[in-house]
Amino acid sequence: MTYILYLILLAGVCVGGGWVFRQSGQMATQNAPYFRDMPLGVASGFVIGLLALIGGIYLYFWNGNQFFRWAIQGFFIFSVLAYYFRLLGQQLGTSASRKLFRQMPMTAAFGMATILVYAFLAIFAGQVSIATIFLIAVVGLPLVIYAQAYFTTEAARSITWIMFGVIAIFIIMYFVGPIAPYGQDQIFPRANIVPGGDPALGGDPAFPLGTDQIGRDILSRLIYGAQNTVGIAFVTTCLAFLIGATFGFLAATLQGWLDQIISRVVDVLMAIPALIFALLLMTIASAWAGSNGALLTVYMIVIIAVIDSTRVYRLARAVGLNIVVMDYIEAAKLRGEGLGYLIFREILPNATAPLLAEFGLRFCFVFLTIASLSFLGVGIQPPLADWGTMVRDLAQFINYAAFAPQAATAPLLAAGAIALLTVAVNFVVDWMLHKSSGLKE
Amino acid sequence: MNSVLRIVLQRLGLGVVTLVVVSFVIFVAVNAMPGDFAQAILGQGYTEEAGEAIRREVGLDKPYFVRYFSWLGAALTGDFGTSFAKANFAAYAGNTAGSGLDTVAASIAPRLENTLFLAGVAAMIAVPISLVLGLLAALYRNTIFDRFTNIFTLSSISSPEFFLAYILILLLAVLNPLLPSLSNVFEGMPFSERFIKTLLPALTLTLVVTAHMMRMTRAAIINLLASPYIEMARLKGISPMRIIVVHALPNALAPIINVIALNLAYLITGVVVVEVVFVYPGIGQLFVDSVKIRDIPVVQASCLIFAAAYILLNLLADVLSILSNPRLRHPK
Repeated sequence: MTYILYLILLAGVCVGGGWVFRQSGQMATQNAPYFRDMPLGVASGFVIGLLALIGGIYLYFWNGNQFFRWAIQGFFIFSVLAYYFRLLGQQLGTSASRKLFRQMPMTAAFGMATILVYAFLAIFAGQVSIATIFLIAVVGLPLVIYAQAYFTTEAARSITWIMFGVIAIFIIMYFVGPIAPYGQDQIFPRANIVPGGDPALGGDPAFPLGTDQIGRDILSRLIYGAQNTVGIAFVTTCLAFLIGATFGFLAATLQGWLDQIISRVVDVLMAIPALIFALLLMTIASAWAGSNGALLTVYMIVIIAVIDSTRVYRLARAVGLNIVVMDYIEAAKLRGEGLGYLIFREILPNATAPLLAEFGLRFCFVFLTIASLSFLGVGIQPPLADWGTMVRDLAQFINYAAFAPQAATAPLLAAGAIALLTVAVNFVVDWMLHKSSGLKE
Repeated sequence: MNSVLRIVLQRLGLGVVTLVVVSFVIFVAVNAMPGDFAQAILGQGYTEEAGEAIRREVGLDKPYFVRYFSWLGAALTGDFGTSFAKANFAAYAGNTAGSGLDTVAASIAPRLENTLFLAGVAAMIAVPISLVLGLLAALYRNTIFDRFTNIFTLSSISSPEFFLAYILILLLAVLNPLLPSLSNVFEGMPFSERFIKTLLPALTLTLVVTAHMMRMTRAAIINLLASPYIEMARLKGISPMRIIVVHALPNALAPIINVIALNLAYLITGVVVVEVVFVYPGIGQLFVDSVKIRDIPVVQASCLIFAAAYILLNLLADVLSILSNPRLRHPK
């Protein structure tokens, strides 16, 4: 009850402070229009912002706890990272990409930088094999030759540089070795080492984030988690798009009974809530897979891909239907072009922008679904490191946060790693949608 | 009014058909499992004769469609069969006394009530907050306040539920012990205590659903601000607050009601993770536990209940948006 009284008092202080602020502003500037026309709400908003700032500084320097400091430090580190990333993008690249970076808000820059960091961690978590480098080179060289031979634009020539850069990074990382200090399923004799690496508090400098309940290095598992969780989510999203977009475009182009059948099936599948349906199917899949963890993961990829492809189907069909009625499709049909040409050369290029934005959103949903399933214990299976499972296994340490802040970091880091990536992707998608919708109001 | 009634009845009929088809999908999916009820219930002690006997008793020897319709018919009357876990337990204990507790319906009913209570508390907090925030964001659009709420809601909508839940536990239960982090509600608990224990999971759910509703409110109102009658009101010199609340809000009500109903559907079905984190004895927790031990009748029944709630609330959203929009009320 007293808390509610405090809140009411605080609101009163804010409004009163706002009134005083506006009044004094009017006095000081001889009734300048900015202060004269300022609504009381805006004035109180300034006071609330000021109070929040003072409170934050007070908590950070004097009376705060470690978590608040870490959050503020993390926020500043990522802001600086995003700022420099945007600055770099404004200097390098083609004129088009430089323009893109100049218009980019900080949130989108933060999102892109974070996605790149995650991709880097995911790819180089373990030792890069020499075969991978050859594979990249074999895929990359024809791409470069193709780009050089068929396009003369600035963008095409930059592909060469990107390709060389990627191969160079791979070769460097081959010699640098894996980022993760240990293997993801390597078990050490000392379990439950406290994070922080301070021997006096029960830590160990060799394990900066400590070890889990059976003695696996948490830092290594966090880094490998990027590989497993993000990789599996990415594969699932690609599969969902393959299924959903194929059927969606087919339905839009052919229409008639095929469209009717697929659409009704999708309606039924969408009527069951996604997470519930996934859990039901995972029960059945776990009965089929038995104790084979890898097989269960494959089943999970297929199940989530199918469930999510229904949403992709809806979008692809809607976008496709809008394109199919265009004159150039009519012209192509009259020319006698086949179904493949219509879908790949006419519809697909015109549907890339909405599909790309949807890919980002879908990736977030798939990623969160997988994380939730793993958190509930039916997702990615044990020998593989995975963030959702780590949160579940380490969650009880949060209760020690009051007297041993380090102990509570591991589950929060794993959960935060999931949140950070989805937030980053959402920021980028939000910016893309805002840009393509042309909303400038 | 007649045409409205017809449209609403049409939607209702469509909803019922969807529900029947969904129940069939669930039935088929569950029956695609290797092994059957008899094997699951007997476990290691499975013999051909015993299995036959159980199958005959439960009706598994009947054809597929007959079984589906008898299951559906029983489900309609509230009889979801017997839980595997409870059945095993009763067999080990060697008694059948108090068998009223063994049915799926009996174990689901109190938990469903708990879940509805949690969803209700979350909705009571989330709907007013998101409406007010959406209005304010539309009023002060493109200011620092708008950008801040945008970033905050986008972050909270895209974080996994368990991350938000643990952050709230850390802040409100561990570092500043204001609220209990375990929501062990039970029957006969006084309302105030129950409310306090439900508050933390409800706040987590609020964080999850507020963002969507708030962004929709803001978008729906800003969409209208370009229309001529708003321009007119602005030229008359009406204050921005009054323009938004009196002139724009009534016309933006249809999409807002729609998104609120959709989020209520999400509240009922999305509680699974939150209930697990806070050990809240709701239907989501029961569902996950049953999934882990493959308690098929319970999984089937909870899945059907979730799907029914989801379909009904989506239907409600549909009907309300028809009722609130004259253009949909009088289709050409």
